[in-house]
Amino acid sequence: MSDYNFAYLDEQTKRMIRRALLKAVAIPGYQVPFASREMPMPYGWGTGGVQVTAACLVPEDTLKVIDQGADDTTNAVSIRAFFARVADVATTERTAEASLIQTRHRIPETPLREDQILVYQVPIPEPLRFLEPRETETRKMHALAEYGLMHVRLYEDIARHGEIAKSYAYPVRVEGRYVMDPSPIPKFDNPKLGDCPALQLFGAGREQRIYALPPYTRVESLDFEDYPFKASKPDQPCALCGARDSYLDEVITDDAGTRMFVCSDTDYCRERRDAGHRGLMAAPFEDDADAELPQ
Amino acid sequence: MDATALSGGFAQPAIDAAHVFRDVLQAMARPGRIARITGVSPPPGLSLAAAAVLLTLADETTPVHLAGACDSAPIRNYLRFHTGAPITGRADAAFALGNWEALAPLSDYPLGTDAYPDRSATLIVELPALTAMGARLTGPGIRTHAQLSLPEIDPFIANARHFPRGLDFIFTSGTAIAALPRTTRVEAG
Amino acid sequence: MYVAVKGGERAIAAAHDWLARERRGDAAIPEIGIDQIREQMGLAVDRVMAEGSLYDPDLAALALKQARGDTIEAIFLIRAYRTTLPRFGASRPIATGAMRCERRISAIFKDVPGGQVLGPTFDYTHRLLDFKLAAEAATSERSQPQPTPQPRADDTPHVADILAREDLIQRENAAPDVHATPDLTRAPLTLPASRALRLQALARGDEGFLLSLAYSTQRGYGRNHPFVGELRIGTVAVEMDIPELGFAIEIGEITVSECESVNQFTGSKTQPAQFTRGYGLVFGRGERKAISMALVDRALRWRELGEENGGAPAQDAEFVLAHADNIQASGFLEHIKLPHYVDFQAELELIRRLRREALAHVGGGA
Repeated sequence: MSDYNFAYLDEQTKRMIRRALLKAVAIPGYQVPFASREMPMPYGWGTGGVQVTAACLVPEDTLKVIDQGADDTTNAVSIRAFFARVADVATTERTAEASLIQTRHRIPETPLREDQILVYQVPIPEPLRFLEPRETETRKMHALAEYGLMHVRLYEDIARHGEIAKSYAYPVRVEGRYVMDPSPIPKFDNPKLGDCPALQLFGAGREQRIYALPPYTRVESLDFEDYPFKASKPDQPCALCGARDSYLDEVITDDAGTRMFVCSDTDYCRERRDAGHRGLMAAPFEDDADAELPQ
Repeated sequence: MDATALSGGFAQPAIDAAHVFRDVLQAMARPGRIARITGVSPPPGLSLAAAAVLLTLADETTPVHLAGACDSAPIRNYLRFHTGAPITGRADAAFALGNWEALAPLSDYPLGTDAYPDRSATLIVELPALTAMGARLTGPGIRTHAQLSLPEIDPFIANARHFPRGLDFIFTSGTAIAALPRTTRVEAG
Repeated sequence: MYVAVKGGERAIAAAHDWLARERRGDAAIPEIGIDQIREQMGLAVDRVMAEGSLYDPDLAALALKQARGDTIEAIFLIRAYRTTLPRFGASRPIATGAMRCERRISAIFKDVPGGQVLGPTFDYTHRLLDFKLAAEAATSERSQPQPTPQPRADDTPHVADILAREDLIQRENAAPDVHATPDLTRAPLTLPASRALRLQALARGDEGFLLSLAYSTQRGYGRNHPFVGELRIGTVAVEMDIPELGFAIEIGEITVSECESVNQFTGSKTQPAQFTRGYGLVFGRGERKAISMALVDRALRWRELGEENGGAPAQDAEFVLAHADNIQASGFLEHIKLPHYVDFQAELELIRRLRREALAHVGGGA
């Protein structure tokens, strides 16, 4: 099958990542430095997530890979094919059937279980980076739990816009200690981070950081008493399945700019349609593998 | 070096280590849960679970401290052959192995720094038994509460006060394994 | 009727097929060989080895072919391959003093022991396109074949040693224990970084980035008056200690380019003045990179030399080291081509809400 070591990485690299993962789990929300390796896909394209997944995989796993909530986006396809090749694991598009899910920018709508692991691809792990470019400084801030700069910045947003103007990668505080960047998930997904039955692992390859949220961990989105956090989304149902509780993609359907909204989580939407739910625009038979690609 | 040092490792290193790591990861992520590990034949004085943990996590870059009766020639040889881990004193250890009394005092081991709390030792504590009874555990990884037969209470409370610095623990007994990260709140059961 | 876009897998397969056809180009034209690239595009091969951090001209040539000549893409292939290779240990530090020099020049003395050896340099060529090179299988225009000049067989002492004899130049640190030298590819970059770690990062760093930074120091952004004390290019032996044997064996030979710069002197009324120095070393024939590296190395040494931090980019170690790696840089830059529509959707929703509120405020306000 493969001339590669199981899951591609050599054993020494896996040990290094595994040790980092254990410390990450022991210090929720703290970014553990690790010696990220060059992978066959570019930095910025999920190498951190891929290394964490590779270090965690066992042959019995069923792997799901999503990007923007969808299994069929090109990068998800590419990463799934990579692991199918180098680890020979079963793959699935169904959240409920997966034991390990690697994701970019979304948390699945289907609630996760204790027997599942969610691995996030992270571009910029440092939540303070947009306030302070120097790692030497941000490390000190985390060491001393000095997050005043962040609170000031958020309050400036309120002064200027009337609300905190952060719609994704919305920072959270973990167990009342570390401020953490949950990766560029929409803030709509933030409530799923805390008290989750699954283990959540975060890998940033280029920036060389790993962090973790153990199951059932306290995670609070940063806010102020008079400006509490609101997980928001367009106030529309999914045009395909009618769901009102899922995060939606906006799709432009004609040159006049007509738009419709569909579930970002393609598996969730499909499951609902399989169960008979229909939105206003659902085609009668849309899961057609021979559907034409738009030119 | 006697023959038992050369045998007794993983039959399929990549696959076996992957399985053991998943168990250790879940143990650390869900304090109090006990899992079972098989697949190695360690020398006398070393439990199967502890041997599997060391083979999975230790290598030339991780100094290991052997405490008390674990500092024996068969165990040293086994470790050296299968992991290449340098054997060191307590202050430099990435991992320390021994029974609870031999490992004490906990203050001997690196706790990490405020800037790098991850640079702390992980203690592999060999216990005579490991059951879901005794000390009461709450905190990250535990939905409501759990119980685990910890050898003592106070040292873990003291360890938690160092947060974010602190030691992390893996408990082993025969083929059983459980773990306690530094975030777990421990009280009498 | 909306049908969700699918077929990502087919799109990728089609893209790969097309790429393979473009790589081959016009099938009527002979396919380029790895040996041709290695022999006739040697400087491209050298750059791929240097920034790929792997000395293997054949592999670098293959990478360039596979990458259709895109240097950074080729470097990426080499880096990914390098990651998979087993490590046996570390060699002894190479003894550049024992280099068999094909090129060796010094700008600080008219002549030096060992001589000024130009070597196969572009330096004094006139940059006029030579259309004779365009002729296929061009036969030599010379009436008699010339023998290929050989590198110097004799020892070529370092020019810096001449200055050192009079104590005019700072000594470099004694060679550190090679086993204590951090390996940037095996441990995450931590700051502040030692000079050894900085030099490692620069050796692998993008030539263009280092060139621009070095140039900026010459133009006043952290100026340190550099002279090329010495530039030497040639082969050195690579030796490794074998514990079982009890002595070192030579495992091969590599070509490297080494530049020692002589820079602004330090000193005071009580502290005798000495020249300071910078150092550059690259795999292959990469003198532009080696010289750039020496200038940037020197700029980054301001703190240990007791100089002022003028705030120049080349003096900012975190800035230089974080951005010198073109594989990290290109990966992250190009990742913005990936779908970001979920985050953009979140921004759309936010901006629409903010605009609604602002317009309502304007409409309903005093």
